[in-house]
Amino acid sequence: MRNHFAFSLASIAAACSLSLPAAAQAQSGTAKKVPAAKTAAKPWTPPRTPDGKPDLQGVWNSATLTPLQRPANGPGAGKEFFTPEEAAQFTKQELARVNGDKLDGVGNYNEFWRDRGQLAPDLRTSMIFDPPDGRIPPLTPQAQKRIAEKRAAARGHDFDGPENRSVEERCISHRNAGPPMIPTNYNSNYQIVQSAGVVTLLSEEIHDVRIIPTDGRKHAPASVRMVNGDSIGHWEGNTLVVETTNFTDLTSYENTTPNLVLIERFTRTGPNSLMYEWTVSDPETFTKPWSARYPMFKPEGVHGDDVIFEYACHEGNYGLLDSLSGARAGEKAAAGKGGPPPAARAPREN
Amino acid sequence: MKNVLRNPVIAGAIGACFFLATTPARSQGPAYKAPRTTDGKPVLNGIWQAMSTANWDLQPHSATAGMLWQAGAAGAEPAGMGVVEGSEIPYLPAALAKKSANFANRLALDPETKCYLPGIPRAVYMPFPFQIVQSAKQIMISYEYAGAVQLIYIDRTKLSPVDSWMGWSNGHWEGDTLVVDVTGFNEDSWFDRAGDFHSNKLHVVERFTPRSPDTLMFEATVEDPLTFSRPWKINMPLYRHVEKDARLLEFKCVPFSEELLYGSLRKKPANNQK
Repeated sequence: MRNHFAFSLASIAAACSLSLPAAAQAQSGTAKKVPAAKTAAKPWTPPRTPDGKPDLQGVWNSATLTPLQRPANGPGAGKEFFTPEEAAQFTKQELARVNGDKLDGVGNYNEFWRDRGQLAPDLRTSMIFDPPDGRIPPLTPQAQKRIAEKRAAARGHDFDGPENRSVEERCISHRNAGPPMIPTNYNSNYQIVQSAGVVTLLSEEIHDVRIIPTDGRKHAPASVRMVNGDSIGHWEGNTLVVETTNFTDLTSYENTTPNLVLIERFTRTGPNSLMYEWTVSDPETFTKPWSARYPMFKPEGVHGDDVIFEYACHEGNYGLLDSLSGARAGEKAAAGKGGPPPAARAPREN
Repeated sequence: MKNVLRNPVIAGAIGACFFLATTPARSQGPAYKAPRTTDGKPVLNGIWQAMSTANWDLQPHSATAGMLWQAGAAGAEPAGMGVVEGSEIPYLPAALAKKSANFANRLALDPETKCYLPGIPRAVYMPFPFQIVQSAKQIMISYEYAGAVQLIYIDRTKLSPVDSWMGWSNGHWEGDTLVVDVTGFNEDSWFDRAGDFHSNKLHVVERFTPRSPDTLMFEATVEDPLTFSRPWKINMPLYRHVEKDARLLEFKCVPFSEELLYGSLRKKPANNQK
């Protein structure tokens, strides 16, 4: 996924414990037998915690092939749901497109390390369901200007120092951990532990714990900013609703600003499934709010065990060290020859 | 060890010995009875913090200058009575020499300066709060420093699958005490800023006992045959944050460590890194 190899034995073990054929069988089985548009029919009553709240606890996995945005062309384009045939075609194309085994050189992981998941059982063509076209709404003019200026300022400075690299490469945060928690295809595991007045959500990636108070308290003062934002929650029926604010400029999600107001909704939909939904409101960036959802599943029987491993990313971050020292070595070599330094290549996101 | 402890008679006998051995320390005043969960366990939920200089040095120590003269008195080390039972950490001779070398190079070597995960038990007595979130099957301890986390499995006992910074925690209740058996450590964390360290044979047994509505007694037995001549023990009270708006905030310290770790590799290093 990136050239820093977070060399944690724990993450290796986590990856090693993936049983890929079993995962493929279990998940493709689910996808085929659940007919689209009929899944919402029967409500399911979740178990309760001792204090009477819906019990969301357990280990959950977010790996999915469902794209954030509806495909612009090819199978699924212009449709809310894939037909089973289109789903099979999309899955095949997508797995071929991202296949890390076909890439050469450094900067990518082999498929062995990946947890690709598969399409959501209802065969939606995108996680985004609002707006109904399944696409992120247009950026505001000020956001377009801001993003263009940022890109222009960054051009040619990709490896000047650690701040020029992504928060993922720097082991500060990760899309998996969010919030919002965007599925990737690597370490997409979470554990929820609840107690009276609090829900905690541990993301395996970067070992981030979100502590979500549900005791009616207000957000921290606006001057207290956090990379993962400040989350407070409340229950609406069987749904945990979480509002997160107080972000920083390190946690730009799809170009959002620190003033992003994020609403997340967690709803158990069955013994082994949980629907995760989020709404992005950031008027400085998007012309209107937008919402998306995907299902998470309990990994039991897929990964063979339901434990979260330690992801000590920063502690083993040789990748960032080597990227910077490589860039310096390239500059030195080029200066010796009197030519420009070789173009440093950004890590691949496959 | 595990099989022996499964025998209720032996386990009971060991538990009784432990109880007798530790009773004198707790015998002042009537025993406190903590509020209960629905399944009858003491409630440990809350935001807690140690009030000691243990993170500077587990052993008794005088006040002394800090690591950086530039920080002046603000960076100096406060004196402390120490938290080690019997005061001395029983190092093997070679290990003691390594501890001294660690101390001499602590600015470069202490994992805390690099924002590395603190390990157990150091996470507990770092100068940061931590939050205990208790469910019947698991107890999650979330430490503010570096976002470190300790997930304690109550519902099952598992051997550590791999070595890690924070180890693998199996918990059980002995009366009102949460006993956490932690194994599976790597050899990279330290116990304090004084260079106290361990190998990957480290085995820690933590004991959290409610002492009053707003205090817990914390005890940790440290065993590591490659580093110490015998097991040794630390103990200290932990205090509840009783402020109305108390909460765990974020101390993601990676950005604070980047100049130290990568500053010399910048295209334009700061003056101090050239």
